[in-house]
Amino acid sequence: MSAGTTTQATGQGTAPAPAGRASHAPVQPGVPLLSVQDLTVGVRPSRDRTVSIVEGVSFDVEPGQRMGIVGESGSGKSLTLRAIAGLLPKPVEVLSGRVEYNGVDLLAMPAKKRRTLMGPEIAMIFQEPMTALNPVVRVGDQIAEGPRRHLGLSAKEAGELAVQMMARTGIPDPARRARAYPHELSGGLRQRIMIAMAVSCGPRLLLCDEPTTALDVTVQLQVLRLLEKLCDETGTSLVFVTHDLAVVNQTCSELAVMYAGHIVESGRVKDTFRQPRHPYTRGLLESAPDFDRPDRLLIPIPGFPPNVSDRPEGCPFAPRCGYVRPHCTEAMPPLAEVLPGRLAACFESDRLDDEVLA
Amino acid sequence: MLDRFRFVPIRLLQSIPVVIGVTIVVFFMVHLLPGNPALTILGQTATPERVAALNTQLGLDKPLWTQYFIFVGRLFHGDLGTSLTYQRPVFDLVAQAVPITLSLLAYALVLSLAISVPLAALAATAPGRVRDGLVRVFTLLGQGMPQFWVGIMLILLLSVKLGAFPVGGYGQTPAEHPYYLFLPALTLAIAMSPTTIRSLRASTINVLGADYVGTARSKGAAGVSLFRGHVLRNAAIPTVSIIGVNLGYLVGGSLVIEKVFAIPGLGSLMINAIFARDFPTIQAVALFVALFVIAVGILTDVVYTLIDPRVDLSSKERA
Repeated sequence: MSAGTTTQATGQGTAPAPAGRASHAPVQPGVPLLSVQDLTVGVRPSRDRTVSIVEGVSFDVEPGQRMGIVGESGSGKSLTLRAIAGLLPKPVEVLSGRVEYNGVDLLAMPAKKRRTLMGPEIAMIFQEPMTALNPVVRVGDQIAEGPRRHLGLSAKEAGELAVQMMARTGIPDPARRARAYPHELSGGLRQRIMIAMAVSCGPRLLLCDEPTTALDVTVQLQVLRLLEKLCDETGTSLVFVTHDLAVVNQTCSELAVMYAGHIVESGRVKDTFRQPRHPYTRGLLESAPDFDRPDRLLIPIPGFPPNVSDRPEGCPFAPRCGYVRPHCTEAMPPLAEVLPGRLAACFESDRLDDEVLA
Repeated sequence: MLDRFRFVPIRLLQSIPVVIGVTIVVFFMVHLLPGNPALTILGQTATPERVAALNTQLGLDKPLWTQYFIFVGRLFHGDLGTSLTYQRPVFDLVAQAVPITLSLLAYALVLSLAISVPLAALAATAPGRVRDGLVRVFTLLGQGMPQFWVGIMLILLLSVKLGAFPVGGYGQTPAEHPYYLFLPALTLAIAMSPTTIRSLRASTINVLGADYVGTARSKGAAGVSLFRGHVLRNAAIPTVSIIGVNLGYLVGGSLVIEKVFAIPGLGSLMINAIFARDFPTIQAVALFVALFVIAVGILTDVVYTLIDPRVDLSSKERA
């Protein structure tokens, strides 16, 4: 078990550090841990044509902060996350923008250097614990792989560290389970393995791509609690992509809502949920069930999100929006500060003002 | 862990009826061959009396069924009979030839993997690109060219023209064997590679798109370490069974190739025996080849179980 958040092991002696931390580069004061600036992700069907899927996305994550990105399937939230991790599926690529980690642009970095950050600085947890683990490698060895590569541990030390990490993620009988293959474990255990793997090198930024979507609700809660606990213990920042508003409400402090490749609203989770300033955010909240108020009517958002290659002029949400005015279809509304600490990309933002969701 | 290998003794038991079937087929097929061994031994000018006498001496005048039971009865004692041409125990002849053929096959298998794995990796990492196309051309050529012709071309090019390899033979000392067997093994490997490459290419493309490869990349794995640690073993799973099947065919191919390269293995023994109507030898070689194919089948399943921990051939509900 980790003694505290400030312990920085420097690989002395034979015993691996409890939390398996690498010695990090010093924190740059005044610089956000992660700063995504005007990120555009898409494909190049031909040399002089591009189709962007994610467009002009910007946000900052401060050390220790937890940021939730919500949106429908196809809103570009997962691609944004994968662009940060450098794991975009071919042929999707970053078309423009910057992804600064600790003040350094990851996109300008040579691939080899960037890979050395994956694990000790930035780690990722994937959606499907069923398929995200290699079926023919023992889970202990899969956890040990990162520490062996990045922390310079021997196979034995890394194996011991893997068992420790499994114990930290609450896996009973970790020494025996470390020798299991993924198919021998339940979904919840597998996701714990994924988390143990991700935190094994003590990253400062954890990217989570719908880590609880494939799990049933009771296990979801356990896994979320675990993530929170680990992040609290080590001061790790979190970027959490999900379509589940309740999960964001529980886990995150900051929120960005994505629609059709754009961030349409961002701010503090609690404030945004209480008083959404973008019609899409409002629609999401109204269409999601709330167990505290089971009698409330669910109001679906009519229509479908626009096709990537065929987005309408102006605001992409306009065709589905209840607040739409003629000028909405003429120009894309900029993401502007509508309340202190709140950004929304909507010309009609003020009209949502009076209607506070209780 | 060991539980998953319970199927091995069961499969061994199951192969007993197969072996009995093989002895029947082999025995009667051999006797369907036109021609008479006694006549072959004595020559065209032999008198009918001498032929009849030799037939009696060799036991060839008895009814076929009786001959079959004598054959099987001797088999149980490890006696494969006496070669009609060499007048030596067939067991000795086969025992001499088997290691040569087996080492040729193993050599060919290693070479074909050495060709297939890198080529499949090259093709799978850039599907539809130039190098994928080049690999495809190689697989088409490898599949289209007859083995014996490839062998002759290799001899002409590398042995006769360049003098880099011997024209044929097996070499005198163990150190010479790998050098002498290189060209025949390469010939067999070229014949075997195309199917392996195709299967491995397809499964590698599949595996490269798998979530767990993304996970491995998120841990900083790339290039050779990614390929070795996460791709190859998963991609090999479907290919193993294809190699197993191919290895069975390869025995047939090696019989011809041994003749081309004048290697004193089972192939040469078999072909000479067929020409001489040397029944006991033909039977023994065919029986050995059948046993080999059965063994390869079981071995394939063992390898399969070893590389994929999810496979359990012993459990009934999945069969």
